[in-house]
Amino acid sequence: MKILVPVKQIASLDDQFEMRDDGRDVDDDYFEKDLNEFDHFSVEQALLIKEAAGDGVEVVVAIVGDDDADDALRTVLAKGADRGIRVWDDALAGADGIVVAKILAKLVEREKPDMVFTGAQSTDFGSAATGMALAGILGWPHAAVVSHLDYTPGAPSATLRRELEGGLEEVMSIRCPAVLSIQLGINQPRYASLRGIKQAKQKQVDELSPDDLGLGEDDLRPASNVRRMYVPERGKAELITGTAAEQAARLAEIIKEIRGM
Amino acid sequence: MSGTIVIAMQRNGELLTSSFEAITAARGVKEAGDTLAVVIVAADPQSLAGPLSVGGVDEVIAVRASDDFQPDLIEAVLDDLIGQRKPALILVPHGVDAWSFAPATAARNGLGFSTDVLALRREGGDLVATRAGYAEKVLMDIDFPGKETVLLTLRTNVFEPAAGQAQATVTELAAPSADIATKHEGWKPPADAGGIDIPGAEFILSIGRGVADEANVEQFLELADKMGATLGCSRPIADNGWLPKARQVGQSGRLAANCRLYVAMGVSGSVQHQWGMKHVENIVAVNTDPEASIFSIARYGIVGDMFEIAAELENHF
Repeated sequence: MKILVPVKQIASLDDQFEMRDDGRDVDDDYFEKDLNEFDHFSVEQALLIKEAAGDGVEVVVAIVGDDDADDALRTVLAKGADRGIRVWDDALAGADGIVVAKILAKLVEREKPDMVFTGAQSTDFGSAATGMALAGILGWPHAAVVSHLDYTPGAPSATLRRELEGGLEEVMSIRCPAVLSIQLGINQPRYASLRGIKQAKQKQVDELSPDDLGLGEDDLRPASNVRRMYVPERGKAELITGTAAEQAARLAEIIKEIRGM
Repeated sequence: MSGTIVIAMQRNGELLTSSFEAITAARGVKEAGDTLAVVIVAADPQSLAGPLSVGGVDEVIAVRASDDFQPDLIEAVLDDLIGQRKPALILVPHGVDAWSFAPATAARNGLGFSTDVLALRREGGDLVATRAGYAEKVLMDIDFPGKETVLLTLRTNVFEPAAGQAQATVTELAAPSADIATKHEGWKPPADAGGIDIPGAEFILSIGRGVADEANVEQFLELADKMGATLGCSRPIADNGWLPKARQVGQSGRLAANCRLYVAMGVSGSVQHQWGMKHVENIVAVNTDPEASIFSIARYGIVGDMFEIAAELENHF
């Protein structure tokens, strides 16, 4: 029994940043990299299933990214995932969710997991695409934005809740194996223990290229092309300056004025 | 390749407003002589065809199935339409349902694809879409070279919902035989609000991640009470169980429908949070990060510590 959990290393921007010379992305000197917030929850869900089953469940984490992405992989290995796979080649620099899904589909063929959990979206681009694109390529049952899951390893179906707009949830049963995208709040993700961090260094991480997986240049073409990236004209708030006491006094005035007090 | 297809979405047989927003977006990039068709999958699609005949819709394609959301079925309908009609553009509201089926359809059919698109235009014949990146700090203009069909999901509450009666032809389409792997088992409505009324509140004081610890929450409940505000929060606060879900403002929480004054403290202003409050006329943001996206929709901004401001504010009420 195996659960595959693809994770992502996201990039957030420093307060000050500059565009790359070609104007199509931010200069990567200004990136701070971190594990995608949603992935803490998808990994936790897999670990909870593994622990409830007692034995015989392997949690494999996969990432598409360069050397830097090892940090994200070690973070989730330290939490208790058993093994990692990292796929990279410089040709993947412009990869989007569809390309990543093609790579993950090859990993699914290779690993033959019983379930795949992804984050519902990434916090940098928020495309909400990769997991369900993977399901589309595999032809597997799928559900997005899963906020609750009842699943026993090896069971032919699972019951889940999808979180909809306005706090409404739909209860749904789904045939397994399936690809599920996991929503924030489905569980309380654990922190890695010191022992876990130490152990993570010893865990196996396979490094593969798209070529190793039988993917060619055509497969790595993204589904869209960035013409330019830019900082938008933003609405400008009227800034209230001064000491905290002065700022609060002005805020109180504004509140009273609007409230007609 | 020509023509646009909009996928209208319904829940329990009721059309979602975002369906009409997608029609507006489609109309805005429609080329002369192109047709605009709207697809609706429902138990009684004929009854929804009339309401969908708005804003330049030429045809409503009515697919009789269940009202339950079944991604496999919508994908099968789309696979057929892509094969038979070869549309140039397919538009879907970026609601939770679209998250399930749109990427699957795009990947399987090798379509041009992007999600959460917030603007759409033609530039020298090319379709150019705009979406945000790096947690909304930048925008990107994107195109789809060499793609004969492009599928886009559209951010909701951006395009004006289409109005104005059109004379659409209604085509009934048999539901394709699809292997349906999911089954609707029921609904779980939001937990009882316990008297907390975010949609009805005129004045909301809202706290976010900046509150940092559960022990810090109480003072803001007291401050809200003292000021006559309803205390709201962003998602992480409710996910942590520090405040009930009924206080969560945003896409998966509540819409601050009647709010006239929204004071956001320690809230960064994610898209999902903005969904619930960006329409509010008077937004005040208090945040230590001057780059927080909440400042781009706020009328007044205080770059400062929410605890200091809150402590001082208390003296005025």
